[in-house]
Amino acid sequence: MKTESRLEKVLAAGHIAVTSEVGPPRGCGVEIVKEKANMIKDYVDGINITDNQTAMVRMSSIAGGVIIKQMGLDPIIQMVSRDRNRLAMQADIIGAYALGINTMLCLSGDHPKFGDHPMAKPVYDIDSVNMLKMVKDMRDESKFQGGADIKNPPKMFIGAAANPFADPFELRVARLAKKVAAGVDFIQTQCIFNMDKFEKWMEGVCDRGLHEKVHILAGITPMKSLGMARYMKNKVPGMDVPDEVIKRLEGVSKEQQPEEGIKMAIEQMERLKEVKGVAGFHIMAIEWEERVHELVEGAGLYPRPEV
Amino acid sequence: MITAEQKPLQEIIQYIAPYDKILLVGCNECVTVCAAGGRKEVGLLASALHLNSLKQGKTIDIRELTLERQCDPEYVEELAAEIKDVQAIVSMACGCGVQTVAARYKVPVFPAVNTKFMGASESQGIWAERCQGCGDCMLGITGGICPVARCSKSLLNGPCGGTSNGQCEISPDVDCAWRLIWERLVELGIQDRYEELNAAKDWRPAGGGGPRKIIREDLA
Repeated sequence: MKTESRLEKVLAAGHIAVTSEVGPPRGCGVEIVKEKANMIKDYVDGINITDNQTAMVRMSSIAGGVIIKQMGLDPIIQMVSRDRNRLAMQADIIGAYALGINTMLCLSGDHPKFGDHPMAKPVYDIDSVNMLKMVKDMRDESKFQGGADIKNPPKMFIGAAANPFADPFELRVARLAKKVAAGVDFIQTQCIFNMDKFEKWMEGVCDRGLHEKVHILAGITPMKSLGMARYMKNKVPGMDVPDEVIKRLEGVSKEQQPEEGIKMAIEQMERLKEVKGVAGFHIMAIEWEERVHELVEGAGLYPRPEV
Repeated sequence: MITAEQKPLQEIIQYIAPYDKILLVGCNECVTVCAAGGRKEVGLLASALHLNSLKQGKTIDIRELTLERQCDPEYVEELAAEIKDVQAIVSMACGCGVQTVAARYKVPVFPAVNTKFMGASESQGIWAERCQGCGDCMLGITGGICPVARCSKSLLNGPCGGTSNGQCEISPDVDCAWRLIWERLVELGIQDRYEELNAAKDWRPAGGGGPRKIIREDLA
């Protein structure tokens, strides 16, 4: 074991891992974080806390993570390279670890254009691949990115994202290979709606033996409504929502759409459990945390293992 | 080349409002090519400023001149003969030209253009950013397409997850630089090169180390 991360323990023991996420509030509402975390706490092995998601200012992921840690739960802090240079990142990583956070996700982040501060200067001092390498070197080599030694290095379990649906598709396995080479421990994928394409990507991943070097958690997002499905299809960058998904939601009444969305997500999870190389699920419920337990129970993944 | 666009007329008018003897100076280099500040634009701007002053019921004296290069002290010296009773200079050069002129003469110098970026001409009337002058060119390993200048996030190791139909997440009008790089590497049969890790960039040569300077001892 490289770290004390509960997620690492679950994955190392060969269990199907489940993570989910909490978007912190756009204010100082500690109770909001606690309320969301309480909804999912018994159903997941780790709780992602997003970092200024969609380029909108929110309570920092580290602050949210500490609140969750204080509840006795397991935060996974997300960190985007959009908002910090390498000095700020390393300071925050050390700080987060000092406050009890041992699992993190390295991301480039949405461009500021999408948020409510499009006039901000994006940083992008290093990219997500070099961020991974930096965190790994901090942990395994006790080295800062600049080369100096770290006393008491942060022992982070290191995650990253993968989007099998963004173009060019042929490059997407190579992109994962690059993250593996940089030292990633686990991957949480983009929300999967196009199952065929995902399975094709996983085949490519397994052909290269990457699934033996990194734990891949498949991204699941239940559709709340037909409107949400259409929005994700047309407006969210890098998202692949096939017409079948839209048609299926069109086929039920508006009142029935949430139930249909949950049902679809559970069916997906059942199918994905059989896909070689899938080590678990990352459920992105997007302000629908109260339904996460239904997915975990529905897919036969409750109770969560003791490790 | 360095690209530029003329500032809104009202901004230029506000700059020169207190003065009535103006020297309007164009530059015959980059801003001429991108039709922002060459001889022709100097003439057009002078006419527009004249017209405005007439509307305000006053007349201003605007002298027009276009230097071969405004970023070069030798050419800027040509203004010495014209400067005598001039109250303000309006420069239609890039920021380098404006500053070279301002450094030489004790007269207020106002920019008439916004300096934009280092760009190449895509087609008639269209210029696109191609270089950020990062000082450590990586085009040799990216198939001749620059991820620093052309990826919206300056990612060095591949595309982010936001690519849609091969276009950048910020706009369908922007090519994903890494899609272009990948296609180019495939075309050249060297796509294996993609998996080589490009280390975190040293931004000192890009300006992170303070203002940059080139000294050629053999020419100095």
